[in-house]
Amino acid sequence: MTDLTLTMKYRPNQRVDMSPITCDKLAGLELAEIAAIELQNGKRKLRVDELFSISGSDVGKIHINNSFYKLDYIGRGLEGGSIRVTGDVGAYLAMDMRAGEITVSGNVGIYAACQMKNGLLQVLGDVGDFLGSALPGNKKGIQGGTVLIKGNAGDRVGDHMRRGMILIEGDTGDYCGARMTAGTIAVMGKTGRNIGYAMRRGTLLLWQQPKVPVTFGDCGTHTFSFLPMLFKAMAKFDSKFSDSSQHFNRVHRYGGDLAGMGRGEILVRAGNA
Amino acid sequence: MIINGVLIDHTFAEAFPMKATRVIITAQTEQWAFNAAKSMTGFATSVIGCGCEADIERYLKPSETPDGRPGVSAMLFTMGAKSLVKQLETRAGQSVLTSPTSALFSGIDGGIRIPLGKNLRYFGDGFQTSKMINDKRYWRIPVMDGEFLVEETTGQVNAIGGGNLLILAESEIDALEACEKAVLEMRKVPNVILPFPGGVVRSGSKVGSKYPALTASTNDAFCPTLKGITKSELSPEIESVMEIVIDGLTEADIKKAMKVGMETFCSIGAYNGVKRISAGNYGGKLGPYHFHLQEIMND
Repeated sequence: MTDLTLTMKYRPNQRVDMSPITCDKLAGLELAEIAAIELQNGKRKLRVDELFSISGSDVGKIHINNSFYKLDYIGRGLEGGSIRVTGDVGAYLAMDMRAGEITVSGNVGIYAACQMKNGLLQVLGDVGDFLGSALPGNKKGIQGGTVLIKGNAGDRVGDHMRRGMILIEGDTGDYCGARMTAGTIAVMGKTGRNIGYAMRRGTLLLWQQPKVPVTFGDCGTHTFSFLPMLFKAMAKFDSKFSDSSQHFNRVHRYGGDLAGMGRGEILVRAGNA
Repeated sequence: MIINGVLIDHTFAEAFPMKATRVIITAQTEQWAFNAAKSMTGFATSVIGCGCEADIERYLKPSETPDGRPGVSAMLFTMGAKSLVKQLETRAGQSVLTSPTSALFSGIDGGIRIPLGKNLRYFGDGFQTSKMINDKRYWRIPVMDGEFLVEETTGQVNAIGGGNLLILAESEIDALEACEKAVLEMRKVPNVILPFPGGVVRSGSKVGSKYPALTASTNDAFCPTLKGITKSELSPEIESVMEIVIDGLTEADIKKAMKVGMETFCSIGAYNGVKRISAGNYGGKLGPYHFHLQEIMND
């Protein structure tokens, strides 16, 4: 069986809600039934076969081809299988995802991996603001799984993050790790202002020296034996994070945010601090 | 059965079900991992008086440990699950948490999960933090030399305790040297420990005593100095008897260790003073596991 491939025929003016297209929701459906699924498009609905040409039949492996930045909610609540996207995608990618794998070749909009529970999300391009965060008003952002971003990320990465691992090869915007409750955010590039703002617990692991807020205390330089284990866990990904020359176990530690609970930490690769 | 002049008795070792766990202790150097493991498995020769039986299983190369540092694996055996949890927690807290540069990990992935760092973490007084790595939770507890890293749980499995070999020799030195060689070989077998000092026991016991307060007393039938005044199991040329007790995760592990031990004794031979191999049992009425010496040698 070949992957179920949905190739976009045209680019609609309004945004498209792609949440009905996940491996688990399509399981057991005939191609005709998949073609007849209606997708919300602005205030109207579009049949899948109106928007996409369909080929292949393996619903456990979905390929969305020729995607663009108005396709929202791709992989929402995914419970298994894989979704591969060629092109850009819109907002809420992998929101509430529970298992499986999503890979995007292009750039991604806001709220990617929002409230994600488990699984793996890989983005080869850049992502917008609120990566791995909670929806406004909610208290729990990403709660498990791994997010790997090869490009840059916007503001508020991991806002209200609860668990899991966010790996960013590029730079991040402001407020990275804000209001974090637990988990790990690793950033190889630069970070913006107010890093770890109101952070409660969790780890921000940085390769570059950030502008550390005054509400973080300098705890000095230390060697941590959990870091090699963390890097070992990252080694399985096709990423700079698996490159052993990028690994270290000696870091400068800043504890905070002392304006709040203050049990979080910013760890900066020693030598760069 | 006689091999190289060594008589192997037609008897069996009687063993009992136990609960066991394995932990991996790492440190900056192998010596410091050993120091922690030695302390953790100290005073743990017999459940009768120590609460558990424990020993170092083997040394681990950095490539074999979770954090890539030199390490040691150690196993603890108890008669019940509750006592295992208690012994593990006490010993981990007093001997590993306290040992410089140490870290402590689960050595058994399956089994029933029992606390390892789950309660030790409170030593951190609120400064402890957890880290989930590959679906396992670890606790980072700040201590004076840096940080104590400990896995939250380890695995408890069903196991067997009380496998044993008795070596009967012409002299004390013959018995001791033969035991040293056997212990060296038996400790290469995975999943077993020899919990007594140096792996050897000289005070094998029988059930009961003339003193009502005691549940066990000296095994007079194998005491060479009592040959003439008790119902002895010893022939005139036997001057010394020593025992190797084996605890293992499975019957197969104990059998393998016993076979390695007997083969070592036989290779030393009667010419060098090793006259006979026997085993301790209670008539087969107490323990469900019977390790027949001759059957093991024929396997």
